[in-house]
This record gives sequence, structure tokens and C-alpha cells, in this order.
Amino acid sequence: MQGSDENMVLSSEDSSSPDETECHLQLGLSLSLSPYATSSLSSRSWTSSHSHSVLTNNAPTSQVVGWPPLRAYRMNSYNSHAKSQVTEVFNSMVENSKANIAVVRKSSDNGSVDNSIIGKENRNPRTRSSLFVKVKMDGVPIGRKVDLSAHSSYETLAQSLEDMFNEPNTVLTCKVGLNGVNHGIIAGADRHSKLFDGSSNSVLTYEDKEGDWMLVGDVPWWMFISSVRRLRIMRTSEANGLDWKNRTAD
Amino acid sequence: MRDNHPPPPTSDDDHRSSSLPDLARGGQITDSSSSKTRPGPGSSSSSLPQPGSGSELQAQFPDQVLENVLENVLHFLSSRRDRNAASLVCRSWCRAEALTRSELFIGNCYAVSPRRATARFSRVRSVTVKGKPRFADFDLMPDDWGAHFAPWATALAQAYPWLEKIHLKRMSVTDEDLAVVADSFSGFRELVLVCCEGFGTRGLAAVTSKCRLLRVLEVVESLVEPVSEDEVDWVSCFPETQTHLESLVFDCVEYPVNFEALEGLVARSPGLKKLRLNRFVSMPQLYRLMLRAPQLTHLGTGSFSDSEALEQEPDYASAFAACRSLVCLSGFREIWANYLPAILPVCANLTSLNLSYADVNADQLRSVICHCRKLQILWALDSIGDEGLQAVATTCHDLRELRVFPVDAREESEGPVSEVGFEAISKGCRKLESILFFCQRMTNAAVVAMSKNCPDLLVFRLCIIGRYRPDAVTQEPMDEGFGAIVMNCRKLTRLAVSGLLTDRAFEYIGRYGKLVRTLSVAFNGDTDLALKYVLEGCPNMQKLEIRDCPFGDAALRSGLHHYYNMRFLWMSNCKLTRQACQDVARALPHLVVEVINKEDEAAVDDIELLYMYRSLDGPRDDAPQVVTILH
Repeated sequence: MQGSDENMVLSSEDSSSPDETECHLQLGLSLSLSPYATSSLSSRSWTSSHSHSVLTNNAPTSQVVGWPPLRAYRMNSYNSHAKSQVTEVFNSMVENSKANIAVVRKSSDNGSVDNSIIGKENRNPRTRSSLFVKVKMDGVPIGRKVDLSAHSSYETLAQSLEDMFNEPNTVLTCKVGLNGVNHGIIAGADRHSKLFDGSSNSVLTYEDKEGDWMLVGDVPWWMFISSVRRLRIMRTSEANGLDWKNRTAD
Repeated sequence: MRDNHPPPPTSDDDHRSSSLPDLARGGQITDSSSSKTRPGPGSSSSSLPQPGSGSELQAQFPDQVLENVLENVLHFLSSRRDRNAASLVCRSWCRAEALTRSELFIGNCYAVSPRRATARFSRVRSVTVKGKPRFADFDLMPDDWGAHFAPWATALAQAYPWLEKIHLKRMSVTDEDLAVVADSFSGFRELVLVCCEGFGTRGLAAVTSKCRLLRVLEVVESLVEPVSEDEVDWVSCFPETQTHLESLVFDCVEYPVNFEALEGLVARSPGLKKLRLNRFVSMPQLYRLMLRAPQLTHLGTGSFSDSEALEQEPDYASAFAACRSLVCLSGFREIWANYLPAILPVCANLTSLNLSYADVNADQLRSVICHCRKLQILWALDSIGDEGLQAVATTCHDLRELRVFPVDAREESEGPVSEVGFEAISKGCRKLESILFFCQRMTNAAVVAMSKNCPDLLVFRLCIIGRYRPDAVTQEPMDEGFGAIVMNCRKLTRLAVSGLLTDRAFEYIGRYGKLVRTLSVAFNGDTDLALKYVLEGCPNMQKLEIRDCPFGDAALRSGLHHYYNMRFLWMSNCKLTRQACQDVARALPHLVVEVINKEDEAAVDDIELLYMYRSLDGPRDDAPQVVTILH
């Protein structure tokens, strides 16, 4: 149940330089990702054999909304034990470093990179294993909830959201470009095709503690986690104020 | 179609009569005997009758005597079903009953307005209000759908300053609402919040600090949300003196509590019988609390683990042994299985054991369950496997309720429990009344076996996780199994079906499920006939929740004769059109017909969600924009 990264069928070929510029992760959602995120992504790439891969998400729920009929609270609790053990390892490592903020990276054996970055403050640590936030997609009447603590990167989060708002039979639209090169383009969905037709007319945004709406992907993951209140998949046309078009990840 | 009015607002599931005059209007009739001195709430003394206006004196006097006698008798009636029946005899019985009803049950917060309810019943001491339908738990409703407690809080504060108890289920409750409760009822004793959301620790603190007579505070499966960055230490807000606490349940609160304050609280609460801790309370902390409260009868053990193994571990088993009255154990939220033997001293007396957050295997379970001869309620994870179920069947011959939850809820999984364990349970636990069973495979034969071995079943909820999955051995639909359940379990009132089912299964339900009040259907059935069978065949149907089934307009129309007798009908992602829903709304003016479209942009004819319910006060005014109320 731990680490959706481990189920991602990716080769960990390290093909890019540290100051990799823009990486568009377009899973029907356009995420302009910052350097914090891309430096981990740079160690992955699509190979041609994966051009038609359907990314499996190791989230505790199936892709059908609300099925099986278990409350999110219960599903989440099954995860919390596994997660809290991992969290404790990190916390003890962080304590040893005697720093307010520690960056921890852990490579697991199968080559995928766990890029969780833990921020720890001076006062009593609060271990909170579940972090359900609401997600609303424009044009879809009923919102969902996603457990952010089940994710350790923007990638897996975007994947999860893609799954949530797609029909279960839909093949994912996925296009990852590194160094400006496209590695794989997949046939789109038959439903909601106007939202997920690959032309990325949707943008993932979040509301932070101060009530401002920000583009997802600008800050390090741990900072995002600690300030996010809820998510919204916004139509591109409404996202003008976020100035995302002009962003580059320098 | 019969032109009948909905029954009075407080009728519950059991209320069987359907064609009754609308005596809810009785609540608006001014009480002609209001000039008499009335006893205060909770008082059982009768008052001397006082004369009314002169010309009515002769006619009134015998009625007044009768009413006084009636009131005194009615004080003994506690069942709301009986009270509803009494209230329908005649107007004066209705009045007398209204004046003596002290427990108000509102099964659907939108079926009646707070104003109407408080106007009819003037002496209420305990209120239960239920809001959202169950399928809202599974993300099938918008978050801001409603069920706000605020208007009820205001009305109750005005009408019943002596109010003692509030029970809420699936309501949206804010910190402000809890503050109103804390400020308005000086004698407040009991707050129970089940599956509620919208409040945080600040609201809890308002209650704990101001309700000095508080006996029961239970927060169950509720989402306690952060309002701001700062959580409030609500446990420290209890009064410094000895408390009246009998029950403190906060196992779902996802924040650490101040342990020192908690320990002090337990130490000065000699009446504490029920204590359910959240997962932030460690094993050593649990030990300390148990030493302070050996009188506990119900214990939720918190995490049941430790952040690190101590040099010298306390003798946990001795703490359990000291709790001689313990009958109900739960918690085990992050269990270290090697601590499990600590509960052995209490197993012989346990009647209820909830291990549904504990990933234990068959051997670990067997080691404790073999001592639990008196067990009546068991909740567990399917990690115990068919072997674990067999161990339960071997020992727990008195078992009444079993719930088995899946560790892995994905549809593609191979599950550790199957028809084998299921049938074993049916053979060993003949007194079973309620079962909720999640599995990846099942057979008709096993379900038929249970229908014959456990004829006392009241609640049968089988969830085969893989949708449309047939009998694992014969590949047949699961019709015969569910058919046997409704045929052989004559007392069945609640049923949830799953797996591959044709219309035939529903034909069985309509033909034999005469007492069924709650039915849950998901990804089943072939045609409209299935729903027709149920609507035409089940006169006691109260709550019908259907999702992702091929049922359309004809099926919907076939229930017009019955919808006023139901608490609600839920149909999501079926084949309904807006027009048909509109027709129903027009045909049944006392029904509130709420729809949500599939795409919220245009008024498309495809309905995503139909949720309809009877109401005495018409459509609500707090519906979010995505909800359309048809008329």
C-alpha cells in the first residue's frame, strides 16, 4: 500500500542534467512543474515500450467512485499504519540532523525515487497520517476527496486525479516531454473528451492557507502539503490570473 | 393514485399505516387547555384541572380528566412507533401525546421544519436528527449539499432550554453550532455526533468547557476538521472538579490530545464507563489510563502500539485483568500483534470486539477468540482469512453480529476470505442476526446455506467487491443465493446485494421480502422490471438506495403509490430522465424531488442523481446550485 511510485512502470534512466528546464506532465491536466519537482522526474523517462502504458495507481480505492462502499475514513486508516512507520523513520533522521528543515531522499530497491521532502518545525511534531482535501473539477457537479498523504510527488497526485475524473474504461491520455521531446502519445477518452483531449485545457490549482489560489507544482512538495486546503481543476480560460503560461522553471 | 398525505413528521420506519389524515396539522391547533396549569418538563405529577371558558365547561371537564389520565399513562410510552399510533387516535390523544413526548426523532432533517417540530412537541428533552443519506459517505453527493444543523440549533435553543441530549447523524455541524449548544442548554448532558463534519476542536472545546453537567460526549466516525492552524486543547477545557462523565468517545479525532489533561480527567471522572481513545494514545499511555479507570465497561484502546520498545514494559495484561467489568473492546488502531495477548484476561467476558482496524492473521486471532465464548459482536479485517472465520465459528456460538472489512479494496484482488469462511460462520453461529461481509468471491451455495442455518437474520449485507461477479464456482448469477435469503430469513429488514444479479433476484425480493425496510443495490439488475418488483412487492420499503443500475422512467413511475411511505429514494447513475422526475414531482406534491445533472453546464436530460423524500414543509431553501428541486 505504500508508495505509488513503486508501481509505476518506468525505467529510471537518468538522462538529463540537473538544471532541466520545463517538463510538461500532461495527463489531461497541465502541470507546469518547478525545479523542485523536475529534478526527481529527470531520473525517469518513458521508453517506447511504454508508449501505451496505462499507469496503475496504487491508491487504496478502485477507480469507480465510491466503490466498494467503504468510508474514506476507514480506507485511510488502513494506510495510516504503514505510513506512520515510514514517517517515523524520516522524523528520526530529521531529528538527528538538528535542522529545522531537512531534505530526505530515499531510494528504494526497485530503482524508483522517493522524493518526499519532510519539513519539520521546532515545536512538537504533529504526525497526521491522513490529509484528505476536496477536489472539484469545473463542469463536474460532484466533487471528490483525495488523500494527499498517500502521495509523495506531484506526479502520483496528477495520476490519481486523472483516474478519479475519468471513466474507468478510458485509456489515459499521457504525454511526457523531456528536453522538449515527446515520448509517447496515447489515444484519448471517449467520454469527457473535451476535457481530456490532450490539448490541456485544464489546469490544476489549489487554495492555500491564506485563501489564495495557486498553480500546483510551484513549490516543493512538502511545502505544498503543509499549505494546501483544497484543489480545483480549473478551465484554462479561467486561470489567467495565475500567470501560468509565462512560467519557466529556471 | 391514492391521494394520501404524508404521515405526521415523526413517524419512523416502523409506521405501517399509509392512508391517514394529516394530523400534523394538529400541531398548529392552539391548545384549548393551555389555560390550565401544566406540569413542568420531566415532572410526573398531575395537575388539577382548571375550568376553561364557561360555556365549554360541561363538555370539557370529562375530557380534561381523560387527558390527564392519558398523559400520565403516555409518560410510560417510550417507543416512538407506539407514540405515533397513540397520536392518531383522535385530536385530544394527539395533543396529549405531543405534550408528553420527551424524545424527538427526526429521521430526515428536511422532512419537517424545525419550527413545525418544536411547535408540536413542547416538552422535549432529547433530540435525534439525521441528515444526509448513506450514499453521501461514498462521495456521491456534492460536499455542500446541506443537512445543516444550524437552523435546528437555533430552533431547539429557543424551544427547549431544558434540553439534555442531542444525537446527530450525517449532519453538517459547525463550531458555531456547537457553541450555540454549549451556551443554550444549562442542563445539557449528552452529545453524540455520528458521521458528521464541519466542526473542529474549537467546537468541542466550547462543549467541554461550558457543559458542566456533561455525561456523554461521543464523536464517532466524524471528520474533525482544522479551522485554523491552531488546534484547541479541548480535553483541558473540562471543569477542574470531579466530572459527571460516563462516556468519552473520540477515536476518530485525528489530532493528538493533551495526555496529561486526559489522565487528570479520567482520574476525576469516577462514573466513567466508556472510553474510546484515538490512535495518538500509545500503549504505555493506555496502561496509565486503565489503572485510573478499572471500572470501565467499554474501552477503545487507541493505537495499541508504541513508538519504541521500552526497556521495561509495563504488565499490560494486569491492567486488563484489573478491569473486571470490561465487555466491549475496540481500537487497536496501529496494533503491534505481540501486544494482543494482553487482552486475554478479559476475553471470557467480552461481548463485543472490534478488530476492524487491526491487521491480524488467523493464528493471532485464534489465540484470543478461542476464549471469547460470550462474544456477540465481532468486527474484523479479512486478514484473518477463512481460517480465522472458522476459529470464530468454532467458539462464538452466541454471535449476533459479524462485520468483515477488506484490507485491500481493489476489485482485481484475490481476497483472503471466501464462501468457505462464510459458510463456516453460518454453521457455527446459528444465532446470527446481522452480517456485513466484504469478499472477492462467493457462491450461491454458501449464501443458501446461511439462509438456512441463520434464520434469525435481520440484516444481510454482502458486498462482493468485483462488480458483476457471478458465482465463483458455477458462474451463474447470484440470484438464487439472495433469493434464499429473503425466502428463508423471515424477519429480514435490511438487505444489501452485490455481484452479478438479474431481474430474477429482484423478483424474489419483491415476492418474499415483505419486511424489508432498507435495500441497497449497486451495479445489478437487467431491466426496469427489477425495480418494479421491489416497489410493487415490498410494502415496508423505507430507504431505497440504488446506484449504477439500468433502471429508468417506467420503473420510477411504478412506485408512485408508495413514495409517501418512504423516507427516501436514491437513484444515481441510472437511466432516468428529467421529464420522468418532473412527472413524479407533479404527481406527488408533498415529495421533494432533488436532481443533479450529469453535466452541470446545460440542462441536459440525463440525471446523475435523483434523491427524493417526503416533506411537510416543501422544498428547502439551502440547496447548492448544482441541485435542482423539481416541481
